[in-house]
Amino acid sequence: MKTVGIPRGLFYYYYYPLWKTFFAGLGARVVVSPVTNRRIVDDGILTAVDEACLPVKVYYGHVKELCRQGVDFIFAPRLVSVEQRCYICPKFMGIPDMLRAQVPGLPPLIDIKIDVTRGERDLKRNMYQVGALFGCTRKAVDDAYRAGAEEMKRFHSIARSGHPLNDAIELWEKGNRHTGYPACSPATGTGVAGGSQETAAGCSASLTVGVLGHGYSVYDPVISMDLVKRLREMGCKVVTPEMLDPQEVENQASTLPKRMFWSLGKKMIGSGLWMEQEASIDGVIYLACFGCGPDSLVGEIVERRVSHTPFMLLTVDEHTGEAGIVTRLEAFCDMITRRRRLA
Amino acid sequence: MRVTFPHMGNAWIAIKCLFEGLKLEVVVPPPCTRKTMELGVRYSPEFACLPLKINIGNYIEALEMGADTIVTAGGWGPCRFGYYAQVQRDILKDLGYQFDLVVLEAPDSRLTELLGQVKSLGDRVSYFEITRAVRLAWNKLKAVDEVEEGLRYFLPRVTDRHRAENIFRQGLEDIDAASNRKEIEAAVNTARSEFNRLATCGEAPVRIGLVGEVYTLLEPSSNCEIERKLGYLGAEVRRSVSLPQWVNDHLLGGILRVASCKDAIGCAAPYLNDWVGGHGQETVGYSVKLARAGYDGIIQIGPLTCMPEIVAQSILGKVSEVEGVPVMTMYFDEQSGEAGVLTRLEAFLDMVRRRKRVAAAGAHRPS
Ligand code: SF4
Ligand code: SF4
Repeated sequence: MKTVGIPRGLFYYYYYPLWKTFFAGLGARVVVSPVTNRRIVDDGILTAVDEACLPVKVYYGHVKELCRQGVDFIFAPRLVSVEQRCYICPKFMGIPDMLRAQVPGLPPLIDIKIDVTRGERDLKRNMYQVGALFGCTRKAVDDAYRAGAEEMKRFHSIARSGHPLNDAIELWEKGNRHTGYPACSPATGTGVAGGSQETAAGCSASLTVGVLGHGYSVYDPVISMDLVKRLREMGCKVVTPEMLDPQEVENQASTLPKRMFWSLGKKMIGSGLWMEQEASIDGVIYLACFGCGPDSLVGEIVERRVSHTPFMLLTVDEHTGEAGIVTRLEAFCDMITRRRRLA
Repeated sequence: MRVTFPHMGNAWIAIKCLFEGLKLEVVVPPPCTRKTMELGVRYSPEFACLPLKINIGNYIEALEMGADTIVTAGGWGPCRFGYYAQVQRDILKDLGYQFDLVVLEAPDSRLTELLGQVKSLGDRVSYFEITRAVRLAWNKLKAVDEVEEGLRYFLPRVTDRHRAENIFRQGLEDIDAASNRKEIEAAVNTARSEFNRLATCGEAPVRIGLVGEVYTLLEPSSNCEIERKLGYLGAEVRRSVSLPQWVNDHLLGGILRVASCKDAIGCAAPYLNDWVGGHGQETVGYSVKLARAGYDGIIQIGPLTCMPEIVAQSILGKVSEVEGVPVMTMYFDEQSGEAGVLTRLEAFLDMVRRRKRVAAAGAHRPS
């Protein structure tokens, strides 16, 4: 059985259930690199160019980890666009070539180009090529993809019920193993489903904080320095873009004078605008990565428009100290608590 | 309507000519100075890339001079450039300026649509007048490129470098003042023959390919005048992108027969196999092409945090190794200092020269 390694970085957080199901359907064994740790980060920092953003460096670290584990392939797609007329980031478009130029001892990459703007046919052709690597027929590939798409629905509904994506992935995987998780139920209404918000010591959350940022930063424990967990420990209920109604987010984003052409940027802006109007949200935190191109503009646009709800831009990189983050989070929570008491 | 636009090297000569041909009143922003940079940096998002900041400086200075309409280009991703104008409009409105912002964006690089957008700018001008304006502007663009080319060739070779720069400056002035094709040609010819009369120092310059992000390549204030510095250090510079080529490739959809970047992009494979926005693929392609053409070194430049250039930079190490050419990457932001840049250039050129001598000695040693 051939093994496919999936680096636990970048779009892993958004698409793992699809990828995992797809490759399993092709008869491959899927190996995921471990949860980001210091060694992975340091390895990535050493390998990538200094100027790369932290998420890209961390991704390199995960790829190197998989190299050490000796997988047959590494899945590192060239992600151009995952929705019509939208891009992700130029770096996503170059990642397979960057890895090939800089990571020694790299196993063959499965570096299919994913560009939905070019239409379904193109996508299918690329997937059949992957299928051929595992000796699969077109039908098998189609089936594997369909199964993956089904699993994505389940994954999204788990996230919608109030779980950050890293937890949602775990729950999804558990559900896979002993079907413990309730089957996909249609999410209702706008806003945040209540339920499963775990906060400190059973106390009901008194504050609700919206957290914006790219999934691979917010849900990576090292990059985000456990932002979500920390907020919860401070007694906050956390709302992330994936917990919101996608259509609502889309509608909010479309109020911008010019269509936002970055998928993640659009999500951040739509979610930010929604949070600004939602009375139950006490504050909004935008987690940006130092040197991130899209964030340098999207953060500005959001900050300008989230003007009534308290807003904090947290910029992190590999040199950010934990103590500083904790202090800023505490100060922010104090501030919004005071503000709420006054209201 | 008093129209202004952002600076990008000497493009202002052609842009001014175009707008005047459309019977618009033009406010050319003052040349980019330290003050321009300071204004831009003060009011722009801290982590925006440098071109956005310098644009803001240009706009503020032009608006202060009475401009009321800003014309700029746009796009639809994947890079930040496509969203510049939106953010810039927010910033300038917050500062209290009253103005219109016209963003020329050809959805699919269709010349006709672009012409339509240009025409809607001009009050009551006929298509005949537009065609004439476009043609004259195009000729000026090519003329500017030619004298720039001349300077790049002569600066490292002549003994009196100040004189060479004066000829260049005069050439630009004459092109700016020219009102028809004949006068443009005359300006270029004068500059050319004056360049040719300069005494040369006899030493063959090292040849350096300058690649990278287009604004940084074209706008000296954004790159600490790197071309000029290299010229003074005795290096002949070959710049990957030229203005006419950029305009043709990106605004006109490549319809004119100017050298295009297509063949260079072909050289990017197998190192970088796809488009990554901005000029990332051109950067890799030109580095390979110039290395194969026997250039002594490659310098990649771009604004700090420039995404396509970071992709390219990640790959250039491999290009350097396989194609056997020294490559150096330099990023610029508002903190880049003249002295630091000069030191790095000197060190790089020393290394390139040493390498060249060793290679020459090796070639001459009897086997
Ligand atoms: S979007 Fe930002 S953080 Fe993500 S890869 Fe691009 S530059 Fe890095
Ligand atoms: S190509 Fe570079 S300079 Fe241009 S918008 Fe993109 S990041 Fe900024």
